[in-house]
Amino acid sequence: MRKLRGDTEPPEPGAQWYDAEAGPLVRPYAMTGGRTSPGPSGVRFDLIALVSLDTAAPEMGDDTALGPEHRALIELCRTETQSVAELAADADLPVGVVRVLLGDLLELGVVKVTRPVPPAQLPDEKILREVIDGLRAL
Amino acid sequence: MASEHSEGAGADTTALALKILVAGGFGVGKTTLVGAVSEIRPLRTEEQLSEIGESVDDVAAVDQKTTTTVAMDFGRITIRSGLSLYLFGTPGQDRFWFLWDELSQGALGAVVLADTRRLEDCFPAVDYFEHRRIPFVVAVNCFAGARAYGAQDVSRALDLDRGTPVVLCDARDRDSGKEVLIRLVEYAGRMHTARLLDSVG
Repeated sequence: MRKLRGDTEPPEPGAQWYDAEAGPLVRPYAMTGGRTSPGPSGVRFDLIALVSLDTAAPEMGDDTALGPEHRALIELCRTETQSVAELAADADLPVGVVRVLLGDLLELGVVKVTRPVPPAQLPDEKILREVIDGLRAL
Repeated sequence: MASEHSEGAGADTTALALKILVAGGFGVGKTTLVGAVSEIRPLRTEEQLSEIGESVDDVAAVDQKTTTTVAMDFGRITIRSGLSLYLFGTPGQDRFWFLWDELSQGALGAVVLADTRRLEDCFPAVDYFEHRRIPFVVAVNCFAGARAYGAQDVSRALDLDRGTPVVLCDARDRDSGKEVLIRLVEYAGRMHTARLLDSVG
């Protein structure tokens, strides 16, 4: 009979190949159909690009164009606007994969993506003041 | 990389996110600092990278490892509804420098964490931000038992440009971390104003 792994015992040799230890069963880019960059729009979403559901989005229903990972992202955005980095962390998917899936959702008109402000016009003095005051008040 | 285009008019009322990088040598406390000031437990994103297989010692490697995973820890501070600050700990290993390029794009600025016992660990980060003219502050993480140096000593030892702030901090302490961020945002504002004046003068 197989012994249960106790706290004091060292893990069985080869235990790293079982369950969660073995790592993902599906290769990450299988979820994107092998695509490594978002669709024809060719956009590359910044880690802090903010993603929200497009309120004018058509009801997706059980559209088969969407995989379970697409749906997971939609669900995450339903609660609140999320950054690309947060989506990747919460959905437990590599950022590269999330970018491709978001590209699909953007093309389908399901989500809206807000780009970060370009660096040249970034530190609007009023905003920076707000940030400093906000940090002080934390 | 595709050029970024604006997502249509009327976007100015939408949410705004700012990005700050936390860099420094391995084990200097980057994740600790991010965790201390973040309102969420530090999250981790992973980026899968394809890796060129080693060309030599692959006698036994029939199935070569072709991807590697880089983890980036990050946290968030909500200033108000529609304005948040994201902090990203940069991957420590040098071979992931190219990821820095992406991270630093559009960043408000950076915190370079330093440990005076091995100051040289933060040289690459200092060089990186100086060359790209990204505003940064050096935050000296005052580990217990580390010999205390003044901000001046550190500034001289790192040969920092005049004006680059050096802050002594405790990366575990929220207030201390906040102070570091405040100094950075103030400095980024000054740098930006100076550049604007340069460009008109």
